[in-house]
Amino acid sequence: MADILLEGRNLVKHYPVTAGFLQRTIGYVRANDGVSFFVERGKTLSLVGESGAGKTTTAKAVLLLERLTSGSILFEGRDIYQMTEAQLKKEYRPRVQAVQQNPWSSMNPRMRVRDIVAEPLVVNSKITKKEAKDRVAQLLEQVGLNSAQMEHYPHEFSGGQRQRIAVARAMALNPSLVVLDEPVSALDVSIRAQIMNLLKDLQEKHTLSYVVIAHNLATVRYMSHSVAIMYLGQIVEYAETEELFAKPLHPYTRALISASSMVIPGEDGQEYEQIILTGEMPSPLNPPPGCRFHTRCSEAFERCSKEVPELKTFGTHQVKCHRA
Amino acid sequence: MSETVLKVENLKTSFFTNQGEVKAIDGISFEVAEGETLGIVGESGSGKTVTGLSILRLLPEPAGRIIGGKVILEGQNLLELSKNAMRNVRGKLISMILQDPMQSLNPVFTIGNQIAESIRLHRGFSEDKIHEEVISALRLLRIPAPERRVHDYPFQLSGGMRQRAVGAIAMSCRPRLLIADEPTTALDATIASQYIALFKDIQKMTNCSILFITHDFGVVAKMCQRVAVMYAGKIVETASIRALFKNPKHPYTIALMNSVPRLDQRYDRLYSIDGQPPSLLNLPEGCRFYPRCESRMDVCKEQQPPEIKTGAGESVSCWKISK
Repeated sequence: MADILLEGRNLVKHYPVTAGFLQRTIGYVRANDGVSFFVERGKTLSLVGESGAGKTTTAKAVLLLERLTSGSILFEGRDIYQMTEAQLKKEYRPRVQAVQQNPWSSMNPRMRVRDIVAEPLVVNSKITKKEAKDRVAQLLEQVGLNSAQMEHYPHEFSGGQRQRIAVARAMALNPSLVVLDEPVSALDVSIRAQIMNLLKDLQEKHTLSYVVIAHNLATVRYMSHSVAIMYLGQIVEYAETEELFAKPLHPYTRALISASSMVIPGEDGQEYEQIILTGEMPSPLNPPPGCRFHTRCSEAFERCSKEVPELKTFGTHQVKCHRA
Repeated sequence: MSETVLKVENLKTSFFTNQGEVKAIDGISFEVAEGETLGIVGESGSGKTVTGLSILRLLPEPAGRIIGGKVILEGQNLLELSKNAMRNVRGKLISMILQDPMQSLNPVFTIGNQIAESIRLHRGFSEDKIHEEVISALRLLRIPAPERRVHDYPFQLSGGMRQRAVGAIAMSCRPRLLIADEPTTALDATIASQYIALFKDIQKMTNCSILFITHDFGVVAKMCQRVAVMYAGKIVETASIRALFKNPKHPYTIALMNSVPRLDQRYDRLYSIDGQPPSLLNLPEGCRFYPRCESRMDVCKEQQPPEIKTGAGESVSCWKISK
């Protein structure tokens, strides 16, 4: 039996849209519409999709930055929505940390690195200055920085180094789960590999679980153990990483893979077939009936526009498509 | 071999700052043939964008200055033109697409208005004819319902459509050369694929040359015929797409290709290049990649490597290759 750390059950988040003088609700943005997933201890789950797919909403729900409209999140088997604020502060929040995409905006430019990394410690525990300093030094060494650099300000570091500081801050409280929102996409190509390797090393050393939000499939394949492909607030395909890339079942997944693979022209200059989707993702305010992808799907048939496809399960592989 | 549209020779651009001279580009040379797409790949600070801005002479003055070299467009050195003559080049012979369409479009004018601007300036048509041309530019970029879209403001369009509107402005005067600076970076993956396919079609129709600046090898493979790899203000390798992917020669190119994960491969551990690119204020004397290079030799530290021709339109700057 897999050791499940975090489980999301049927997450739904609808944001009301208001208009007019009285701010009456005229509709809902269906950011998340029945999203279920689980994260095993020491493993990585990636949420993949285009902007507006609901990846960040899911992450915010896990971090309790947004309250769900309905659905539940179980952490080590306990529903976090049943916990009191005091329990959350002690037993949930310190154990779930985050690293943001942009290391230029996720740090206060007027704080020293020492204070940035120590902040979670100061907020969550009674700790002396000396203890905090030692811990910060240890954390910085762990992410490959020199502990002497703790007296510096963020602007003195490059993008890759700043992302290391952000990782050190997330590691300060020995969390069980770290939510990584596009952890490498703001970095240069040659630096990305360094940070990805660092994250994998830390995962192994501390049996960390990660929820990674990403749009680059090659990054996802390298980083994660399982992958959820999201489209318009729903998970359309969910499988273990190697299974997903070997046998993508959903047409949207196949299009995404085609969009991110490197196509090298052949000997005779011939070009490989690519799947190019037509149109754009419809508005989550008013998602299409039936399968939400049918407006752009090349394999759609009559049933797709009428019936909502159910989630079909093939072993550990789940897919929401009438064709599968 | 088709005609050369753009020829850049030993171009040098520096920024003069309080801390000293920043050598953003230091003697780069390349050519773009008619109907060809040349990719310029590199990390931030390698000089990709400054290359584009130098060709159009749009550097922020007085700090940024071209201090040497030639930019020859169809036999004419753009660096010798007067400011007025240069204005007739921009938007007419050479146009540019930038990364973020929301920043390159004016939010208070309709897109039709913004496309008309360069047609009115460069082509001297009557207003009726301008309107026709605007519609045909929108149609060229496959923007649906152009007759209605022409009256839309940028905020009414999606990201992908906005970037197409920017493309319509760039193509409105049928330029000889298009400089596209990371045009797909701000777009979603499936939308970026559409955009690339669209530009390949447009290129076939108009036979314009494209200088495609990007950091993404996947995009390069789909869009370009040849690539110039930049590192710290120099071109370290120029090669055809096929040669680049099958047989990269410069140690930086090899290291960079290895550190980018590929979708069709499984890795236990990804290769990573140690360290960071050098500061452009304080460049090493010899090869700029020397401190991070795995096949460095003594000579690399002292002298800059020579540029070695390895084929038609292909070259490498490395001591290891010259030996």
